[in-house]
Parts: sequence; C-alpha cells; structure tokens
Amino acid sequence: MRAKQMLATMSHEIRSPLSGVVSMAEILSTTKLDREQKQLLDVMLSSGDLVLQLINDILDLSKVESGVMKLEATKFRPREVVKHVLQTAAASLQKILTLEGHVADDVPIDVIGDVLRIRQILTNLISNAIKFTHEGKVGVKLYLVPEPPFAKEGSQHGSDGSTANQSTTSASKTESYTSTSKTSSDQNEFHGKKNEGLCQNNSHREPGTPVTNGTTDGSEEQVELPATTVWLRCDVYDTGIGIPENALPTLFKKYMQVSADHARKYGGTGLGLAICKQLVELMGGRLTVSSRVNCGSTFTFILPYKGSTSCDSSDDPDDLSDMVDHDAMDEDETAGFFQFLPRTLGSLFSSNGSSRTQKLMPHNIGYAKSHKLDGLSENCYSFPMNNGPPKEIDSAVQISSEPGSSISHSWDPDNKSWICSEKSQAVEMKINTSGPQLPPKRQKKPDVGSLSKLNGRQQVLKNSTTSKPKILLVEDSKINVMVAQSMLKQLGHTIDVVNNGAEAVCAVQKHGYDLVLMDVCMPVMDGLQATRLIRSFEETGNWDAAAKVGIEQDSSQPGHTSPTKRIPIIAMTANALSESADECYANGMDSFVSKPVTFQNLKECLEQYLG
Amino acid sequence: MDLVQLQRQLVDYKTSLYNEGFLDEQFTQLQELQDENNPDFVVEVVSLFFEDSERLLNELTKALEQQSVDFKRVDAHVHQLKGSSSSIGAQRVQKVCIAFRNYCEEQNIEGCVKCLQQVRHEYSLVKTKLESMFQLQQQILSAGGSIPM
Repeated sequence: MRAKQMLATMSHEIRSPLSGVVSMAEILSTTKLDREQKQLLDVMLSSGDLVLQLINDILDLSKVESGVMKLEATKFRPREVVKHVLQTAAASLQKILTLEGHVADDVPIDVIGDVLRIRQILTNLISNAIKFTHEGKVGVKLYLVPEPPFAKEGSQHGSDGSTANQSTTSASKTESYTSTSKTSSDQNEFHGKKNEGLCQNNSHREPGTPVTNGTTDGSEEQVELPATTVWLRCDVYDTGIGIPENALPTLFKKYMQVSADHARKYGGTGLGLAICKQLVELMGGRLTVSSRVNCGSTFTFILPYKGSTSCDSSDDPDDLSDMVDHDAMDEDETAGFFQFLPRTLGSLFSSNGSSRTQKLMPHNIGYAKSHKLDGLSENCYSFPMNNGPPKEIDSAVQISSEPGSSISHSWDPDNKSWICSEKSQAVEMKINTSGPQLPPKRQKKPDVGSLSKLNGRQQVLKNSTTSKPKILLVEDSKINVMVAQSMLKQLGHTIDVVNNGAEAVCAVQKHGYDLVLMDVCMPVMDGLQATRLIRSFEETGNWDAAAKVGIEQDSSQPGHTSPTKRIPIIAMTANALSESADECYANGMDSFVSKPVTFQNLKECLEQYLG
Repeated sequence: MDLVQLQRQLVDYKTSLYNEGFLDEQFTQLQELQDENNPDFVVEVVSLFFEDSERLLNELTKALEQQSVDFKRVDAHVHQLKGSSSSIGAQRVQKVCIAFRNYCEEQNIEGCVKCLQQVRHEYSLVKTKLESMFQLQQQILSAGGSIPM
C-alpha cells in the first residue's frame, strides 16, 4: 500500500518535469530543423510520450484501486467517440491495416457516461489490437443490448425517441454502404450542410456537453422524459496473432503479458488491460475476451449508460441549433460506419518536418468528391461526417491538425490533386517517409492530450461561478508565510492566512475555500488533524468532530453552504519522504508540496487543483 | 571603486556564497520574487529570518541549560529554524539543523549542545555574508546602478 502510494506520489512528481520536456520538444518540432534533427526529435517525443503514458497508467491504476477515481457523467455521442478514436489510431498507423467502426442504428445519438474513461478504454483496446495485428483489420462494433444478467439493478434499457426498440445485435452492419432509411433521410441534410460544416468546423474534441457533478445539461432534451439506462456493447476485434487459451485467465492481471517473449517483442507494461478492466467494472460493466490463435481476438465490454432523451433525428431543428453551440459536427450525427483504409500520406508531410500529425483532431478539412465508394474502395477513407451517409462515402479522410497549424494549410490546396493522382495506389501509410523504424507513434497521446484538455475545460466550467479562487494558507512560520504569500501574489492570487490548524478549521467554517495550503507541523493543532476535521465536515455535513476538540462554530455567521464539496487540501511538508506523503493522504489530504516551497511547485499545484 | 567594478564584485561574491554552500537555489527563488511591486522583498524576508533565528537560538540556549532538558521543546525550536533557513536558502544552517534534530531524537545532550554551537556559528557566518552582500547592493544602487541578478 505504501509502495503504491509512494509510486503514485513519485509519479506525480515525475510527470511534471517530463511534461515539460515533452512540451519543449513539441515546440522544437515546429521550428526549422534538418532531417536528422527531425528524426531525433521524433524519437524523443515518442519516448517521452511512452513514459508519460506509463505514468498516467500507474496513477490511474492506483486511483481506481484506492477508490479515489471519480466518474464523470457527460453527455456525449458514441459515434463521435468511435470515429475519433479510430481516426487517431489511423493517423499514427504504421502498418497496412484497415480500421473500421460500426455503430448500430439503435445506438442513441447521445448517451451519458464518463466519456473520457470510455475513450481511454477504447483507445487502449484498439492500440492493443493494432499492436498485435500485422495484417487485416481492426475494428469496433457498438450496439445496443438488453440488460445483461450481471446487472444488479433492474434498469430499463432504453430506446429513446425514434430508435428501434430493443434490437440487440444489429451488428451486422458490415461493409455495405447501403444506408438505412434513417440515414438516407439525412442525406440531403448532409449535403446541404457539408460545405458549411467544413468552413465552420473548428471542433477538436468530444462534442459532448461537459456537465458537473452528474447533472445533465438542461437543454431541451431533458425536459419531458426521464433518463433511461441503455446497455451498449462494444466489440474491439482484430485479425491478429490471437491469444492462447492458457493466457486468457491472466490477461487482465497487472503487469502480465501473454509471455516474456511477447513482452520483449511488443513492449508495453501490461498495465493497460488491468486498467481497462478496473474502469469498466467501476462503471458497472464487464470486460471479456475471446480469441483464436493466428485468427484474431475480440475484446468486449458492456457498459450501462444513462440515455439522454435527445432526439435522434437530425431533422429536428432544435437539435441542430443546439449542436451549433457545441463543437459538434452536425452532419454525422447518425452516421454509423467508418472505415480507414491504408493510405499513404507521403510527401504531404515531409515539407513540414516532424509533423505532429498524431495530434489529430477530428477537424476535417476534407471534403467530398463525387465518385462512388466502390470505385475507390481501395484508396479512400470513408468519412461520412463530411460528406453524408455511408452510402456516399466520397471523401478521403483528411488527417488534419488543429486549425492554425501549418499542416492544414499546406495540404489543403493539394488535396484535390492528391486524391486524383494517387487513386490507384494503396500504399502503407507512413508519417515519416524516410525515417528509421520508430517506436509506436504516439497512439495514445492525442487521447491523453484531449483527456487533460477536456478535464481542464470541465474544471473551468466548475469554477466559472467564482471569478477568483479563494486560497487559505495555513502556516506558522512568518518567514514561510511571507515567501508563500509573495509567490501566490505573483501567481495572481490573494490569500487568507492563518497560523495553525485550529484557526484553519475556523476559517473553513466561515468561508468556502477553493484550495487550502496546509503546513503539517504547527502548534495548537497540526495540519493532519485540521484536515481530518474538515473532511469530517464534508462527509457528515456537521462540525461535531471539531466541537469535540473545542472548536466552536461562530453561530453569528452562517457557515458556507456546500458541505459535500471537497476542498483540495495540499500539505506543505518539510519531510519529503514517502512516509510523510502516506500520512498526508491517510489524513485526507489531496497532495503535497515539499518544503521549501518553490514557485514552480506551487504553480503546478494550483494549476492542477484550481484548473 | 567604479560602478562596473562594484557590480562585478557583487556577482563574484554571490557566486562564492552559492559555491561554498551558504546559499542554495531557494535564495534564487526569493530573488525572483522581488520586482517593482515588491522592491525590497529579499531584504525584508532575510531580516525577518535574522530576527526569528535570534529568538530561536536564545530559546534553544535556555532550553539546553535546563536541569532536565525538554527534548521535545528543543526539537520544536530546531524544526522551526530548519524550516525558515530552508525557506530562504541558508543551506548550511539548514544542514546543521538536520543533524541537531537527530540528536534531539536520540536525547543526546552533548550532541545537542555541540550542534547548538555549530548552528550559532553557521548562522552568524551567513548573517555576516548576507549583510555584506546587501551593503554591496546598496552601494551599487547609490551609485545609480542596478543590481545584477
């Protein structure tokens, strides 16, 4: 337990400077570099990312295991998620594989769940699939299923709005591009919207509406019908090397790889599946696998989602206008099929050096061509989102980057000719045309990036009601107070200062703080006890524990009203050893900064906890 | 001495303080906190440190002179001194405090008394040096120059 906490602690500490290194490298990559330099930089970035992934994995795992992980409830669009994840994977794909995604028609447009974790799981499973598949395809199938036997609560699985009821495995939505009646009705919409969508398209991320604390966005969708629970099953399948039967039982165990040879050959920490399993189960679902050696594997997870009662039909004008507010791409709302065929991007990127194309966001500047898919089935990515329903898959997937970057500009005009000229070639897609064999390219990075960015956004939303965060500094040494206060002032914060734990409890009783910096060793009452008392209030809604030790609440002043909101309490500890960190966590602290407090540590801490 | 020479002398002096371990990076942090809004920050903090340390050293002396030494109390004082010296970057003082605390834990009177002597010594050294440095800075400012950081 201690070792784990220490690992988590150190991982935190390691992550910050490592992020710094990676960020600097990213910036470097946008500067003028010769080929050798670009190659070197690519290796740096990939390696840095890998380590960051590792650290995030470790932190996630310890969070999940210690029960600290909080699940979000965000409204999101499953089709978008599937598409984005596949797109991202496709972008960094260095093998000749087809990536495909099928989302059944009866899957609701919007559902409510922890989109970040789901993305994480999906990304993990897909990158595993890709890792262990050398030819053929990797795909995702998403469909509605009836409530599985393992579900405890009797939740009704939903059909909302106009979707078909209770169709189970309508997973037979294969490579056929025949659209269903629903999507065909959207065709005109898509066409009409197409150019508009292209021009206005500035979205990068999940079009889901971030919500706080499980409450859903009070838009028109929520008005009449109560939310229902839908069970969605997701199969991530591949035509890869398969998993031997004897390896199946230990597959989801931590640090286990199928074999030592596998570990050597394929790398990885063996943490991914363990985390996925924990997360899925935390969300009330199940993760299973079936496989045949040399044939392929299918990883399946079934999860419950609260159905949002938003309309499925994109004809609904309310829905459309609502979408305009979000980073949504209206057109592809009901598109259920995506396929990414192997393709070269060749010279497209060489002019841009070590392009960070993996930082792909579904901001597609691509557009439609009018040729039918059949004619081009070898060579283009079907991307209904820009061009309409599956039936008319015309555009090539445009691996685009965030707006404003040179990549999008540079190949935009080239696009037309590119598509035409390379029609007959199906070549392995490479980002670095001339580079040496590099480690798996940043498959998770965009996800992590978007994860953290989305987190940041959600946090911003949470804080939007208060303009300035209220910080309480609890410190007995005048010198330390002076130094910390000056640092916080430079960071733009004004703070309240008290000199011991008892005063801290009183202060918290009177005001709501957004963050408490708590010295550990203090006279009268130390930081650990003060933290315990504050947590007790948060958990029970009353200050009885404090009263017991003699801290009377000032009855003339009403206390602040949200007892269940957990205040981040950061220890300032002179003892940087793991024992001290353990103690801090055990007493309810969220994190710590070691003394002497430096500007950078304080800054990062505030960024993390104040968003 | 002309301005440039003074400035160079200051830089050399500061560098030597770092090299000899009297000051560490934390002192640099303090300097970085000094700006137009806070033009005398370093001097203020350091002065506070001097005041506080002298009080603590007196308390320590008294506590160790007692018939029956209250090691918890001694340790509490040393802990404070350790904290404040580390906050301003007075590295050598901080290091002695660490050793001092070990002796407190062992309830070793001799060790404690020795450490007290040592800490007094280190404290007076760093105090003198910082005061010299401030004097130099003042000279530069009076001569119309700016402090090279």
